[in-house]
Amino acid sequence: MSELSATARRAVEAAGEAGASDAEAYASREAGREVRVHGGEVESLTAATQSGVGVRAWIGHRVGYAYGTDLSEAGVRAIAARAAEAAAVADEDEFAAPPQPAGFEALPGLSDPSLAEWETARVAELALTVERTALESDPRLVGVEMAVYADSDEQVAIVSSAGVAGEYEASSCYAYLQALAEGEGARETGLGFGLARGPRGLDPEAIGAEGAERALSMIGAGKPQSRSCPVVLDETVAASFAGLIGGGLSAKAVQRGRSPFAGRLGEEVASEAFALFDDGRDPAGPGSAPFDAEGVPRRRTALIEGGRLCSYLYDTYTANREGTSSTGSASRQGYRSLPSVSTSNLVVAPGSLSSAELLAQAGEGVYVTDVAGLHSGVNPVTGVFSVGASGRMIRAGQLAEPVREFTIAGELGGMLSAVSAAGAEARWVPFGGSVSTPPLLVAEMAISGS
Amino acid sequence: MSGLIDQGVAERALARALAHGGRFAEVFAERRRGQTMAIDEQRIESVQAGAEEGAGVRVVEGNTTYFAHVDGLDPGDIERAADEAAAALRAERRAPRPLQAREATPLPIERRPEEVPAERKAELLRELDERARARGAEIAQFTASYAEARREVAVANSEGLFSGDDRTRVRIGAQAVARRDGTVETGAETLGAHRGFELLEDDPGQIAEQAATKALTLLDAVPAPSGSMPVVVGGGFGGVLFHEMTGHGLEADHIQKGASVYVGKLGERVAEPLLNAYDDGRLPGEWGSDAIDDEGQPTQKTQVIEDGRLTSYLYDHLTADRDGVASTGNGRRESFRHLPIPRMTNTYIAPGDATPEAIIAEVERGFYAVSFGGGQVDPATGDFVFGVSEGYLIEGGKVTRPCRGATLIGNCLEALAAIDAVGDDFFMKTGICGKGGQKVPVGTGQGHVRVRAMTVGGTER
Repeated sequence: MSELSATARRAVEAAGEAGASDAEAYASREAGREVRVHGGEVESLTAATQSGVGVRAWIGHRVGYAYGTDLSEAGVRAIAARAAEAAAVADEDEFAAPPQPAGFEALPGLSDPSLAEWETARVAELALTVERTALESDPRLVGVEMAVYADSDEQVAIVSSAGVAGEYEASSCYAYLQALAEGEGARETGLGFGLARGPRGLDPEAIGAEGAERALSMIGAGKPQSRSCPVVLDETVAASFAGLIGGGLSAKAVQRGRSPFAGRLGEEVASEAFALFDDGRDPAGPGSAPFDAEGVPRRRTALIEGGRLCSYLYDTYTANREGTSSTGSASRQGYRSLPSVSTSNLVVAPGSLSSAELLAQAGEGVYVTDVAGLHSGVNPVTGVFSVGASGRMIRAGQLAEPVREFTIAGELGGMLSAVSAAGAEARWVPFGGSVSTPPLLVAEMAISGS
Repeated sequence: MSGLIDQGVAERALARALAHGGRFAEVFAERRRGQTMAIDEQRIESVQAGAEEGAGVRVVEGNTTYFAHVDGLDPGDIERAADEAAAALRAERRAPRPLQAREATPLPIERRPEEVPAERKAELLRELDERARARGAEIAQFTASYAEARREVAVANSEGLFSGDDRTRVRIGAQAVARRDGTVETGAETLGAHRGFELLEDDPGQIAEQAATKALTLLDAVPAPSGSMPVVVGGGFGGVLFHEMTGHGLEADHIQKGASVYVGKLGERVAEPLLNAYDDGRLPGEWGSDAIDDEGQPTQKTQVIEDGRLTSYLYDHLTADRDGVASTGNGRRESFRHLPIPRMTNTYIAPGDATPEAIIAEVERGFYAVSFGGGQVDPATGDFVFGVSEGYLIEGGKVTRPCRGATLIGNCLEALAAIDAVGDDFFMKTGICGKGGQKVPVGTGQGHVRVRAMTVGGTER
């Protein structure tokens, strides 16, 4: 048993001594680094280590939580005692109960040795290459606001009084830049990014080129005329919307009547062109792990298939409420947070059309490459949204002039029913959680511009 | 210095941080304690307590910042962070200046929230729940949350600064869902301050009623209009418009990277002469106030727009150094795990002399945005977007029907220049501002403000 598991076990025992009838401890240790570069120089270099434990304590059907960074014997005891005190304040909830142990299969491939092998100078060079590639691409590319490389290696251990016990280690890294282009009296920004398990999986030239191309393509953007028309959502925008849909498929949102998908299980909620899965075991998915945040095995769950709503996502608590099983969908932001239902990796099924065919099928419309204001412009209860957007016009099936400062509006359900095709090539995007999606063609959406 | 680290430990850490060179070094130590809980489905749940402590050490050499952070505040932990920060430097050892302790007076806290029994906080949430549900049977759901946080911080740097602060914030939030047949609407309200539990001694239940009223009002809403029209923005949280469209663009890091539409605009007219605006980290008890910023600089009141002219950017230590000016006390960080960057504190448009009624009466057909769900701006291009959480049509100089699903979009420079009326009904509201992956508490404020024309993106067909 590792030191981390031993810490978790001590926390569980201490919670019992403090009066908890059941307890679970989630301990993690993380080492990470981040390099930010600007103007050909390293702007900041960060080395980070952190570790902590979060304790969930039950007193009968009351549950409380406490976390902390002090992993000494006395420190862990204090955290466990506060968790038990918190449980005493909570109201009784008959469905609050500790998850039961279930066997899980190991998931190889979550840790990439190149993370440890690449010294800081080498990953700094990677970030500098991202920036340089963008700057050298075109004279109108006048700067890079920032180029960043970051990685982390995390060990997780979970132990409970009900018999749950597990550990894993996972590494991840990413690089991105925000490129600045200038032309026709205005500045434009463009994002380029890549994600991988380790730095050898990143292509710095491709990331730099993507940011540059996105910024350059926006030069001269004007406002489009208000209209209803076909819209192609690029992968980043499709991912953001997929994330919103994933949020609405959380059983917690559904049970509490805060989801546009409540009460629609088995019903037609989308066109046949749109299929959505949650896959917590895809080794390429940043959110993959052998088990979820409360020790239940991660798995693949079909959410929308053949246009029908097949399943919601459950953790142990929401599953208890419906007398069903957890889908292994408990997540947390580290030891500082209580587990709650969330997507692991969302996967939008690819279709058969190339990007060019997708645009050709759109004919006359708008290609949306960026949306802003998703956290404020979407009503998660009703699915009604109106968000800021920018992108390119589609004319005669080809990308045409850039457009910005317009909104796209509608409601999620209507949008899903209007998806008429999915592109053939999917990509992992860190928006809306962790999402793999192709570009999507929506037959009709409301555009509000001038 | 809050007793977080003693002077000798700080001095030794700074010396180690400069062991391989560096023109500046800093140790930031922090202890965080907090409690949160919520009520949902009329049950108290998600009762949580957290306790973290740690230190972040940075060394600056040339244009590069070397930063390391560790959990724990033992001398050994802090030295480890100093050694890690220094590890990548290859220059000559430098000596820090001796530390000169500078006392800062933390904002006064009358009633320490950690001394209030947790059961009292649970009671408060139950009261909020009752008050909201009492608004009518159409209130289908109600959730509310309580959060208290205390941050004790200490900062020491190689220029001899040694200071500290002790910050306590309390905030409650209420969210109501109203339902009538197939129509579902939400309303939210918050109350927060850099104060203790005394904040909640007046009538905190009001926010529950306000949230419920908003949701109920929206049940009668029509889809928002689309197109360009005059927009009247409400007081208080309406100030988030100024926060997004101007405040972020004035943060000196954006300016120095050329990633702001306000580059080169200092001293220029950017708004009508009726507009005056400030960033003020010293407003007593306000959500975005602190005694010192997270680099140990006393907070201050900075006028950013005077009679329509741009008068100042917002600086932290490093960006001020680069421009050869003094820090404006805007160096803030989410925690010891983050580097300080220029951030707003409490940002507001100063009260004007028009009444809200007069501002609205002059609009023939327009949109009235009372409150926003949030906003976002790209400082480099100036493009912004706001989600309206409570909005109405203005027809014939009168506020008529409520609207749902409206978004305001536009460009900072154009919208700022188009503000043609500022109301006298000033007040402040709380917000959580995200930048560079760091969240900090900020205050926003204004009276009613009118923008001559802005694009409203609605769902009306």
